[in-house]
Amino acid sequence: MLLLDWLYVGVFVVVGLAMAALPLAIVWALAPRAALPQKRMTYESGVVPFGQAWAQFNVRYYLFSLVFVIFDVEVIYLYSWAIVFKQIGRFAFFEMVIFLVILLLGLAYAWRKGALEWA
Amino acid sequence: MNWFVEILKAIGLAALLFTFLAVVAAMFGVLLERKIGGWIQSRLGPKHVGPQGLFQTLADTVKLLQKEHITPYAADPAIFNTAPLIVATAGLMDWVVIPFGTIGTLVLVVRDLNIGVLFFSAMASMTVVGILAGGWASNNKYSMLGALRSASQMISYELPLATALIAVAMEAGTLSTVGIVRAQAGWLGSFVVRQFPAFVIFMIAATAEVNRVPFDLPEAESELVAGYFSEYTGMRFALFQLGEYAEMFAMAAMATTLFLGGWKGPVLPPLIWFLIKMYLVVFFLMWMRWTYPRFRLDQLLNLSWKLLLPAGLLWILITGYRLTN
Repeated sequence: MLLLDWLYVGVFVVVGLAMAALPLAIVWALAPRAALPQKRMTYESGVVPFGQAWAQFNVRYYLFSLVFVIFDVEVIYLYSWAIVFKQIGRFAFFEMVIFLVILLLGLAYAWRKGALEWA
Repeated sequence: MNWFVEILKAIGLAALLFTFLAVVAAMFGVLLERKIGGWIQSRLGPKHVGPQGLFQTLADTVKLLQKEHITPYAADPAIFNTAPLIVATAGLMDWVVIPFGTIGTLVLVVRDLNIGVLFFSAMASMTVVGILAGGWASNNKYSMLGALRSASQMISYELPLATALIAVAMEAGTLSTVGIVRAQAGWLGSFVVRQFPAFVIFMIAATAEVNRVPFDLPEAESELVAGYFSEYTGMRFALFQLGEYAEMFAMAAMATTLFLGGWKGPVLPPLIWFLIKMYLVVFFLMWMRWTYPRFRLDQLLNLSWKLLLPAGLLWILITGYRLTN
């Protein structure tokens, strides 16, 4: 049964890609191809593009993704806890309180250190 | 076990669902959006193609099918060409776990995965891969900025979204979407009442996840000229739109499933109830789009990290306390 579930998911990925590629195939058959050099220039509000876009960008984006990775991994534990904690009862709850307090402390630390500031 | 029949069934369902999304979510979703926008701004909206402009987006699609694909010289062609496919497929994958209703004892859901909610959140965040790939491969400054903004926004709002999903899973005791609908009995038993803070967090985070106003910085027409899909033409652009609308409808369907009691309701058949609730949420999202101005990037990140995430974690604690005592 479990294997069957993932068979469906796999088939959905393949069919999804194929169905998305279908209109592109129609375009390939129907649409004109007259790519003048000017047409294939990068758009930059009408002026000739200056340099490449693959240049340096703000390091803030990196900091946010780093904090995200940490929290996202921790959130995964919460999922598995969420569905069983009722059966285990109060013990599981207090265990998770400790975990969540550590998590919130981590957030407070990142906040204090300015990792969550955009400026 | 008859694998061959199952594979055929899966292919059929996937093709059906994709067509449904392309027609209902993308084509008529765009039309609905333009009509509602017109109504809110005292305009008429599309009116000329077909009765009351009903075939406007159909005509647009036919037009887009005849448009040339342009790959800029500076772009990375392989990644540039696959990005729209990823976004469109990610939009479809969300729908695997969404229960549409019941006929007798049969539940209309592609697969009732036992990790349904987690699967949904994983697939919803697949979009960011396509957007980042498209924006980066375009080698255009606007696209690059749009893609980076989109990535930082989507990962920031994924955490509050996850906390809302976890609170619901705690209350229902399961991650299966069908199980969550079954756990909600009657109007007062639906999770929009019992889990109201989670519902608010979910709606805000869902709006941000699908890059809609007031969180539409990644596309910001007025500054980034459509952001990550500036360089895309014709049908590839349409695939991005399809993915976006499929994702929006999926978020509305998930809000219906998790909080509004899914297919449940009196008198009318379950499927109709599901659609009514889903369209109400969709209408709400469109209403917001035509009402609010755009956030600034720092405001957007502050809202997620400093308000929604701590609030979501606290709500998990409160829910846990309530359920164990």
